[in-house]
Amino acid sequence: MSANVSPDNAVGKKNGLLAWVDERFPLSKLLEEHVTQYYAPKNFNLWYVFGVLAMVTLVIQIVTGIFLTMNYKPDGAKAFASVEYIMRDVNFGWLIRYMHSTGASAFFVVVYLHMFRALMYGSYKKPRELLWVFGMLIYVALMAEAFMGYLLPWGQMSYWGAQVIISLFGAIPFGIGDAVTLWLKGDYIVSDATLNRFFALHVIAVPLVLIGLVAGHIMALHEVGSNNPDGIEIKKNKNSAGIPKDGIPFHPYYTVKDLVAIVIFLIVFFAVVFFAPEMGGYFLEHANFIPADPLKTPEHIAPVWYFTPFYAILRAVPDKLGGVMAMGGAIVVLFLLPWLDRSPIRSIRYRANWYKIMLFVFAANFLMLGYLGIKPATDLYTLMSRIGTLIYFGYFPLLFILSKNEVGKPLPDRVTYHGHGRAGEAS
Amino acid sequence: MSATSDAASGPQDPGKESSVSTAGLDVKRRRTLVRGMAAVGGLGVAAVAWPFVTSMSPSARARAAGAPVEASIGKLEAGQLLTVEWRGKPVWIVNRTEQQLGTLSVDASRLSDPDSTQPMQPEYAANEYRSIKPEYLVVVGICTHLGCSPTYRPEVAPADLGADWEGGFFCPCHGSKFDLAGRVYAGVPAPTNLEVPPYRYVDDGLIVVGEDQGAAA
Repeated sequence: MSANVSPDNAVGKKNGLLAWVDERFPLSKLLEEHVTQYYAPKNFNLWYVFGVLAMVTLVIQIVTGIFLTMNYKPDGAKAFASVEYIMRDVNFGWLIRYMHSTGASAFFVVVYLHMFRALMYGSYKKPRELLWVFGMLIYVALMAEAFMGYLLPWGQMSYWGAQVIISLFGAIPFGIGDAVTLWLKGDYIVSDATLNRFFALHVIAVPLVLIGLVAGHIMALHEVGSNNPDGIEIKKNKNSAGIPKDGIPFHPYYTVKDLVAIVIFLIVFFAVVFFAPEMGGYFLEHANFIPADPLKTPEHIAPVWYFTPFYAILRAVPDKLGGVMAMGGAIVVLFLLPWLDRSPIRSIRYRANWYKIMLFVFAANFLMLGYLGIKPATDLYTLMSRIGTLIYFGYFPLLFILSKNEVGKPLPDRVTYHGHGRAGEAS
Repeated sequence: MSATSDAASGPQDPGKESSVSTAGLDVKRRRTLVRGMAAVGGLGVAAVAWPFVTSMSPSARARAAGAPVEASIGKLEAGQLLTVEWRGKPVWIVNRTEQQLGTLSVDASRLSDPDSTQPMQPEYAANEYRSIKPEYLVVVGICTHLGCSPTYRPEVAPADLGADWEGGFFCPCHGSKFDLAGRVYAGVPAPTNLEVPPYRYVDDGLIVVGEDQGAAA
């Protein structure tokens, strides 16, 4: 590299390299399609940061997970001690593990908020049904990932939590249930064989599925375009260049906005990692600081907080098979939401008042079920769980009936947008 | 986009401007071939899947570890409970007292399945005491609700279990209750009585858990 040709080359080479790549791989095309010329509605609000935050959390989980596997031993005799080893002896092992354990809870926080956003603004409605289904599949994969990851520390709650969840499959009638639980465990009890396969699924199989589903989710999103808080289709109003009048390029406008959200998210995230990684027993349960013991059940088995609404539904039904079906049904019914909600109005801003009340009750009820799932089953709490379960399942048929002839507020032609500059200026 | 849509128009309009001629095509033969290929391919997938699926079932070592275990009960005093591990599960052997056996016939209406009609025990234990010999109860100590291990509570009417408690097993997880024959009380989450494992007496002081009693008894 002689000095006299390098300035000339530096410029030519950059363009040359990109051109060379573009002839062989659609790099510029992909960037334009998904970033620099992906036109998102200009009226996004705070609720639209949680998708990006979920991506950030996924990256945190994958990176910290890779480093955890370097010291973790998926062995019934060594697993518990290897986690203690990571916490005490590995340089910054505590940080990596607490980032991973906090990341699991953070993932569900942002995903639940992301889903609630979709409920508020009707983001699951035509033509975004598949986008919603992809999202639900991600949610299910995430639950499987979190459940199997929770077995790995091999503490008492890991062990008995897995025992309880696997035995749910035993409710399948005709003798199939017992065969399925035996096959899932690979032994007559939850044992080393179970731990090993959960490790394999947790670090390889489910993450691969998850990444594929996230790619599908984003491809579906960029095909149909983002919804917005007004629920007005921006593709209806395009300029002469075929660009939506109410759309702005994702980059730089939303990358910058999302960066602010990411910074704030990371401040909160690391505040938890540094100061409350156990979160008073809600992120890391106290019983999990005792090694797994197949002959002794902890006093009170409760799943981690993000599963508790469904656990409350399971316990609310006095029949085992019925409880399992109710719990599964609570998730399956969410998949059907795009077809159960028949109202053409997307956003809560223009929907009838009954919908606002119903959605608020549904969300509050979900939180109540989450609380009840953490608590031991007393008579009062069981009764409340039963009422909560009825409200949960009542939401969907009621929505199906009422949304047929919904009378909402008149829809605007364009999205509503109030800039921060000169007040009252129409865009 | 335009380049791909041109290419995509081929299969959508077969024969219209396609370069592949369909004249003289034997559709019937082609369909048969496709079906045959699908069937052979399906068999291949199943044949490949079988070893992978089966590899997840208990290994030879796990099955060997699930072999029967012996329990010496000669020194078990009246009212005492002995736990032995069989297939990784706790198996309780309780030497029930005369008075404890008496509680079994008191009030059957409080039980879900007092006559052991559900198949939760071998034929030879489907009796009033759910055991081969009345005094020795042998049950798997795993709650039939969600797999927790209940606690042995032989005392009568303790403060936390109420005045009508006559001794039995209480599951701390979700509050299921069983009597001293492992029979489940009505109105608790557990659906069935505790499981009685296969077992046999070698002699009066030795039980083998995991092997059925011979036809002799």
